[in-house]
Amino acid sequence: MDALVSLTVGILTACGVYLILRSRTFELVLGLIFLSYAVNLFLFASGRLVIGKPPIITDQASGYADPLPQALVLTAIVIGFAMTAFLIILALKARAELGNDHVDGRSDTGERS
Amino acid sequence: MNQLVIAPLLLPLLTGTLLLLLRDTVSFRIQRQLNLTAVVAQILFAVILLVSDHEILVYALGNWPAPSGIVLVADRLAVWMLLITAILALFALLSAMRGSDQDGRHFHLLFQLQMFGLNGAFLTGDLFNLFVFFEILLLASYGLLLHGGGARRTRAGLHVVALNLLGSTLFLFAAGLIYGTLGTLNMADLSVKIAATPPENLGLARTAGLLLFGVFALKAALMPLHLWLPSAYSAAAAPVAALFAIMTKVGAYCLLRIGTLIFGEDAGAMANLYANWLLPLALATLIIGAFGVLSASELRHQAAYLVVVSVGLLLAAFGLGTPDAISAGLYYLAHATFATAALFLLSETIASRRGASLDRLVSGVLIPRSGLIGRLFFITAMLVAGLPPFSGFLGKFLVLRAAFVNPLWPWVMGIVLISGLLTLIALTRSGSLLFWRTEGISDAAAAGIGELTPVIGLLTLCLAMTIWAAPILALTKAAANQLLRPQAYVQAVLGATVEAENR
Repeated sequence: MDALVSLTVGILTACGVYLILRSRTFELVLGLIFLSYAVNLFLFASGRLVIGKPPIITDQASGYADPLPQALVLTAIVIGFAMTAFLIILALKARAELGNDHVDGRSDTGERS
Repeated sequence: MNQLVIAPLLLPLLTGTLLLLLRDTVSFRIQRQLNLTAVVAQILFAVILLVSDHEILVYALGNWPAPSGIVLVADRLAVWMLLITAILALFALLSAMRGSDQDGRHFHLLFQLQMFGLNGAFLTGDLFNLFVFFEILLLASYGLLLHGGGARRTRAGLHVVALNLLGSTLFLFAAGLIYGTLGTLNMADLSVKIAATPPENLGLARTAGLLLFGVFALKAALMPLHLWLPSAYSAAAAPVAALFAIMTKVGAYCLLRIGTLIFGEDAGAMANLYANWLLPLALATLIIGAFGVLSASELRHQAAYLVVVSVGLLLAAFGLGTPDAISAGLYYLAHATFATAALFLLSETIASRRGASLDRLVSGVLIPRSGLIGRLFFITAMLVAGLPPFSGFLGKFLVLRAAFVNPLWPWVMGIVLISGLLTLIALTRSGSLLFWRTEGISDAAAAGIGELTPVIGLLTLCLAMTIWAAPILALTKAAANQLLRPQAYVQAVLGATVEAENR
């Protein structure tokens, strides 16, 4: 499972980095969403991956799942969600005001090939 | 007394919420008064915290003891930053109240939330909480940056938002790594645990530390991460740009705080992790910023590059790392914030009266009341370029004097002096273009005293900092000494917990 999680984080990050280097705002937004997925998974894994254990320390259970990363990732998801919503609205505003969806507001489409 | 620590957070949060709820029911004038009252109260809180004899005040949220709960810590550095922020906000608000706050419905609400984020970032003693306050201040700053609208602001806003979202992602990666390797996110606890990092985790912990360095460098506009700043600051409305003068200092504050508290002398294998990077990059920032000042074709662009230059000198002082250098840096921080804010406000006054040339550095019409405005520009330029006898010179001189103990002192001296000279040349050229090489006289209405009051106020503040330099330096020196002995901070935050365990 460790390998699967780390591979997923890696692939999501790679896709995110590739997409934010593109010149269209839509791809930029998608790239940032991918990156925030990657970092959420990463944060979740920072408390070590544990299966079937309660998030509290009890005498009955043989171990526990660290509850703090779960709280952190919840906060990060909420913030990331709000930021993404803001960025989408801003991208739409830029599309309307600058007349195109290039990140620099340039109208030439030469860079897209 | 400890309860007072949370007051600078509750007040702007509650005022902001109130402004949101009341925006349709109360008149704009009352919203302005509410905002102004809250800002003045924040200055009072900062002054009370500053003059209280308590060394370090700790407030545990929900009374959860650290490191389990989140703590707010008001040490000398945090209170110093609170005071600068609140005073700057007062002048920025006074300037906005001349009319530019009416360009959007939510100016006052966003202004208070911006204060909430800034105060929180300075007070928090928890790394993840710092991230949360960063997001709050950034979200408010996006709103303020776009205040007034227009294609130029939208384009600059899009770049800033995308870059800062990327920065936030890196921050989260760093926080995850730190929690994964050291098992805590409380800064005082980290300061204790960092020295005992197991060798197999050393690489990961160092990666986390340097990722954080990158994030803070982006906020502080350290070279090569400074490229977002000039277009954003020059596009923003003048009062907003003036308030943003403190935003880069948040990054500088975090570099100083994390660099001394967590990666300080006692951090074992990771001691002085930041110091080795900070000085060379800061000197490079100084040079690049000075070239930017020279090449700028608009006054507001020039002012934005002057922010980059001030960040360079500030971080060079922090990078030197001695008590004298940090104390000089903290003095310079206050001066640079006020002086660049005054320049942003002044460029708006000038730009609005030059017809089509705006603030472009070309010869145009002479603005009305050019005598007074020219003199104000002259004083601002002397302050910013660091000429005697003003506070800019004092700050620079103290940084240079503190640099002598460092083996790199010839570099520091040379680069600081050259960048000062380049700044001076650029500002001289701007001043002579704007006020001497003019054709005809503008028919715009003359700037009233009311419009110039915030600028005069900020310049008076810099003058006061020159006259009462000794007591202010005593304050910053105490702050620097406190920073370089993090044991007191750790004791104040974790003391209660440690005592409870011993019992």
